[in-house]
Amino acid sequence: MMELAMDAAIGATAGTTPLLRVEGVTKRYGARIGCADVSFDLWPGEVMGIVGESGSGKSTLLNCLAGHVPPDSGAVLFDTRDGGLRDTLTMRESERRMLSRTDWAFVHQHARDGLRMNVSAGGNVGERLMAVNARHYGRIRAKATDWLGRVEIAADRIDDRPTAFSGGMQQRLQIARNLVTGPRLVFMDEPTGGLDVSVQARLLDLLRGLVREMGLSAIIVTHDLAVVRLLADRLMVMKDGHVVESGLTDQVLDDPQHAYTQLLVSSVLQV
Amino acid sequence: MNEYNFAYLDEQTKRMIRRAILKALAIPGYQVPFASREMPMPYGWGTGGVQVSAAVLVPEDTLKVIDQGADDTTNAVSIRRFFERTAGVAVTEATAEASVIQTRHRIPEAPLRADQILVYQVPIPEPLRFLEPSEVETRKMHALEDYGLMHVKLYEDISRHGAISTSYAYPVKVEGRYVMDPSPIPKFDNPKLEMAAIQLFGAGREQRIYAIPPHTRVVSLDFEDHPFEASKADHACGLCGATDSYLDELIVDDEGGRMFLCSDTDYCAGRRRAGHAGAEAAPFEEDAA
Amino acid sequence: MISVENVSKSFVLHNQGAARIPVMAEASLSVAPGECVALVGASGAGKSTLMRMIYGNYLTGAGRILVGGTDVAAAAPREIIRLRRHTLGYVSQFLRVVPRVPTREVVAEPLLATGSARDAALARAEALLARLNIPERLWSLSPTTFSGGEQQRVNIARGFAHPYPALLLDEPTASLDPLNRATVLAMIGEAKARGAAIVGIFHDAEAREAICDREVDVTTFTPGAAA
Repeated sequence: MMELAMDAAIGATAGTTPLLRVEGVTKRYGARIGCADVSFDLWPGEVMGIVGESGSGKSTLLNCLAGHVPPDSGAVLFDTRDGGLRDTLTMRESERRMLSRTDWAFVHQHARDGLRMNVSAGGNVGERLMAVNARHYGRIRAKATDWLGRVEIAADRIDDRPTAFSGGMQQRLQIARNLVTGPRLVFMDEPTGGLDVSVQARLLDLLRGLVREMGLSAIIVTHDLAVVRLLADRLMVMKDGHVVESGLTDQVLDDPQHAYTQLLVSSVLQV
Repeated sequence: MNEYNFAYLDEQTKRMIRRAILKALAIPGYQVPFASREMPMPYGWGTGGVQVSAAVLVPEDTLKVIDQGADDTTNAVSIRRFFERTAGVAVTEATAEASVIQTRHRIPEAPLRADQILVYQVPIPEPLRFLEPSEVETRKMHALEDYGLMHVKLYEDISRHGAISTSYAYPVKVEGRYVMDPSPIPKFDNPKLEMAAIQLFGAGREQRIYAIPPHTRVVSLDFEDHPFEASKADHACGLCGATDSYLDELIVDDEGGRMFLCSDTDYCAGRRRAGHAGAEAAPFEEDAA
Repeated sequence: MISVENVSKSFVLHNQGAARIPVMAEASLSVAPGECVALVGASGAGKSTLMRMIYGNYLTGAGRILVGGTDVAAAAPREIIRLRRHTLGYVSQFLRVVPRVPTREVVAEPLLATGSARDAALARAEALLARLNIPERLWSLSPTTFSGGEQQRVNIARGFAHPYPALLLDEPTASLDPLNRATVLAMIGEAKARGAAIVGIFHDAEAREAICDREVDVTTFTPGAAA
């Protein structure tokens, strides 16, 4: 089972500065721990999976990293194009928004959270371009058409609203909308959750190709070990808000050290 | 005269509105919240504009009120009468003679001067509203100049109709900063938003005031390959023959017969007084105006 | 090129009463460039475990595993990823790939990952597939539907696409007919000739004889055996 992880690792490149440096990120909800003291480096081209059961804090962590929820303490440093590593938590909101529509992308579990359902597919994909001042209709439309093709949506659906799309298509549209500006870091929250198994496989294959082709770095939160086996170079296992184990994906899955990881791995039904 | 305070509103309220107006003028295009009062007319009849007019009127003013360009529609007549009664100011239908003009959905054809104030009635002040329902989010978008969404609306227009079909309330960017809804004026009027007079916008139900100071840069949003066009019906006014004014279409019989005539009644009458006549004009009679 | 020094390993099964199972102790092994070393020993003696430790798939408890200067036992994930991409290849018995990816792409992948031009990578992939007698009509299909022998050969083509300086081979000739077996042995020979250091598991004694320079019996690494 090692080859898959090796394939997924292909995007990773050598570099001297991590793309993202997470230092001691902690988020509490009253007495309850969301996530506690999480630290790691993500390098350019790397894909990291975060696994754990519901309530393990993986989604809280992702939202803290992506700037959706302010953590109580810690730092999330991003290698910005002009200023090197900078803490995104203390950045001005305008700068953080600029990041989130250029270098960052966020793929939601439910496509309707990440799409504008009353705007056509082309408008959905074009929005990020227009947000960074694309002002030529013909070129915006050409780029949207190209991206619909890359996520396997027929060009003649460009003027249809996402409400007319199947769940898998909506998710692919959300991915196109996110990747059209060539981000460097993609956050994904259960990107295959809620989809039929056959649709999942197609989506994963698509994501994997795009990650490789664009040299993307990504952080993928999922409870599905098959997803990380396929997509992630590295893995972090969370339980009760704490990271209990991390390492190379195939190593963590094939030689788990922590009791919880062993339980998680042994609980997967073999097909 | 009567027992009303001058221009109906009490002095404290007028001060509060004036402060909002000054702030709006200081930040062109920015929507300033204000504590809109109950007015003796229903929302949608120009309560925002009326409160702004009440706050700027002084006894020496001459007031003109238009609705879609016309001085003689119900809405215009009743607002004019309201201020005649509560402020005792002079009123006029002549654009050039007015010092304050309250308008619903039009800008007069005659260029306005530096000593005039144009007050707009605004139903929905937020240009992003139809795309983003959350007020918290739209305010954040304005604060961060996150205006990609505005172009999405224009994109959708072109993709559906082949051209930008938004023909009124066409969004503009004011002084290179705030995207603003110019109220539901026809886009034909957009170029006139750069003018010598002060322009004040009041939304009563939504409790917002915004402004364009004199000679402020106002740019209508568009695409490079689909530039903004200030369009109007391709006809001349049937009464005065004007080809440069915004026209209303009028159905005149049961056989689909129609005529076009100036939406700005004062402009049309002025031209006819000066001897211009359109194809369908009866000979001009002085007492008709 | 590959140097295993005093390596030991045990599994702790937390969910079975935290049972601690020592599986390897004081293992040492060294493979020079151009050398092929066969791991031998009874089934369950730890041949695969040692291979997986060298590849970084299993954690190493103690000791060092140097591959081209990188200590796999201590390296960060990122360094192992780099090592696997450029230096250390692995051919396992079973092919596991993503559905829908054409065979040609599966084989070309390691080359594309190291920056080869697409055309050159695909040409090399096709040459390898042809040499291993995979019919051309199958190249554009996903190998998931292929027979066991065909999958095995696709796997080998993929493993040999990039000229790794170090190679791990787990039963590369199992389930192959004599003709293809000869081809694979020739390919291993060529890898040795260009200087690759190879560690392999070959149940096929004849193949082992033909290609391996020496054998290392992993039963001597069984905990307790050496003590």
